[in-house]
Amino acid sequence: MTLRPRARSRGFEALIEWALFICALLSIGTTAGIILVLAIETVAFLREVSIVAFLFGTEWTPLFATPRFGVLPLVAGTTLVSVIAMLVALPMGLLSAIYLSEYAPPRLRRVIKPVLEILAGVPTVVYGYFALLFVTPLLQRFIPGLAGFNALGPGIVMGIMILPLVSSLSEDAMQAVPRGLREGSYALGATRMQTSIRVVVPAAFSGITAACILAASRAIGETMIVAIAAGQQPRLTWNPLVPIETMTAYIVQVSLGDTPQGTIEYRTIFAVGMLLFLGTFLLNLASAWLRERFREEYG
Amino acid sequence: MPARYGAVMRNFLAMSAVLALSVVALGCGGGARDEAGTATLITIDGSSTVFPIAEAMAEEFGKANPDVRTPTVGISGTGGGFQKFCRSEADISNASRPIRPAEIDACRTAGVDYIELPIAYDGIAIVVNPANTWARAITVAELRTLWAPEAQGKVTRWNQVRTSWPNRDIRLFGAGVDSGTYDYFTEAIVGKEGASRGDFTSSEDDNVIVQGVASDELALGFLPLAYVEQNRSRLTIVPVDDGKAERGAGPITPSAETVRDGTYQPLSRPLFIYVARKAADRPDVQQFVQMFFDRPELVREVGYIELTPQIYDLARTHFADRKVGTAFGEGGSQVGVTLEELLARER
Repeated sequence: MTLRPRARSRGFEALIEWALFICALLSIGTTAGIILVLAIETVAFLREVSIVAFLFGTEWTPLFATPRFGVLPLVAGTTLVSVIAMLVALPMGLLSAIYLSEYAPPRLRRVIKPVLEILAGVPTVVYGYFALLFVTPLLQRFIPGLAGFNALGPGIVMGIMILPLVSSLSEDAMQAVPRGLREGSYALGATRMQTSIRVVVPAAFSGITAACILAASRAIGETMIVAIAAGQQPRLTWNPLVPIETMTAYIVQVSLGDTPQGTIEYRTIFAVGMLLFLGTFLLNLASAWLRERFREEYG
Repeated sequence: MPARYGAVMRNFLAMSAVLALSVVALGCGGGARDEAGTATLITIDGSSTVFPIAEAMAEEFGKANPDVRTPTVGISGTGGGFQKFCRSEADISNASRPIRPAEIDACRTAGVDYIELPIAYDGIAIVVNPANTWARAITVAELRTLWAPEAQGKVTRWNQVRTSWPNRDIRLFGAGVDSGTYDYFTEAIVGKEGASRGDFTSSEDDNVIVQGVASDELALGFLPLAYVEQNRSRLTIVPVDDGKAERGAGPITPSAETVRDGTYQPLSRPLFIYVARKAADRPDVQQFVQMFFDRPELVREVGYIELTPQIYDLARTHFADRKVGTAFGEGGSQVGVTLEELLARER
């Protein structure tokens, strides 16, 4: 009599445990599935195109009558936009982090920080049209010969988008710097500026670097802004004023058309996807490793 | 208006429509086209060039028949449309060129018969930015220099096309490789379907090309006439000279008149719809297809050129007789099909 309910509840408990386990497994399984599909299609792609031609070729025209499979123009496009984004996000993000952490009165910080983080919540499609229909026409007033689709406008807008990532995470890192370090610096007669730049920032350096790498990884993987505003022309160039194509924008372009499954054109998107995945994966690993190190120092 | 996201949305809608249809098909045990032939959805897919016409017809059809669901019109490009059509995923395929031999085979293998109906005439316009002060006319030979596969990476400045033009970058915009406009343009200009340089901004969505040319002083692109009509203030048309005096001497500006009288050559072409033979037995499809013959003013409204009443009558007869197959047996894009030629072929 007394055993029964207990047995039932134990069975129920086990059921819940299993359900939770399956939930956890689901996300791992999905990730594994994605990597598996990417790998299978990439291998199939590399059977038809040599890896040297893929990685080091300078022409990317897989959809045309005389296809070329050199991914460098797409890598250059992605790098170019990401570098522009980082040039915007790094200085602005770092300076706002220093202000928020070292200068702003706590009450003001409680208002500014969430407001800054709203920037990260704006849908990327909105940023895309902001770049195409506002930022680029504005830039065209100062830069003659700037094309309607270009790397500069989307790069700047992307920088604004990842700015909160840089500032918020950097500020967290600076806040974690022990108070004693600052007080020691003041005791030696340093000004607030000197303390911020020479003591707090170096002490929080690994955390700040981690934030920057994470932001770079976000910029590289960003899709909508560049698909809308950067153009669709794979071009090996460092000129930010002309239409280019990023890896993500290429994947969008092919997915929108009707490239039949199993063809080499179809497999290009997996090969490009794999490259993109490896790139952001390595950056995320580096970022996680740096954050870990930073935690050990002051934890 | 904004380009890319529009295409994403439309494709998404088209895809959901196809999905919804297949769900219905599964639910009814494969009977989307039920015996009575009522209350089913007419699905249309294919060319973005033909899209404005099909969409206008679908809207009017929906207004006139409130009890019938408004047909869905997708944009997969002519090639993509035929792929879906031959897999029985669309009742009607929009095409900006005649069906190709490979597509004829695909449809035959799948057992899909089709009725080919010419519905309108279109010119492909060469456009530049309104700030462009030099390109006032261009010859077919110059266009070939500019777009041929050999030009890739080499012909990159305006003065390489014509020496009197400025020594500045030229930025090219054109239809994507899935598009019938691309097929026709390469056939007419380069001389071989699908042969072109690969280093230009290519998109299946003509709005992307409009946006690209309208926002870049150094741009040159090609577009179906209707998209130019809708964006008159943002684009400048470049008259084209084919060097053949018998079809009008000098550069010709594309317009309803020059396209209809055959002087705007070689960039004029007929547009088609292909109706699945099986779908043609459905009363709703019959009613819908009739609209293409009865309401040619809609063709004019969206910026294309209507065919002559004779050709519409012929097409009507073909449809009534369920005449399957194509009048363009050699397949693919054919250059210089004037209205008379079309009429002769349809007979």
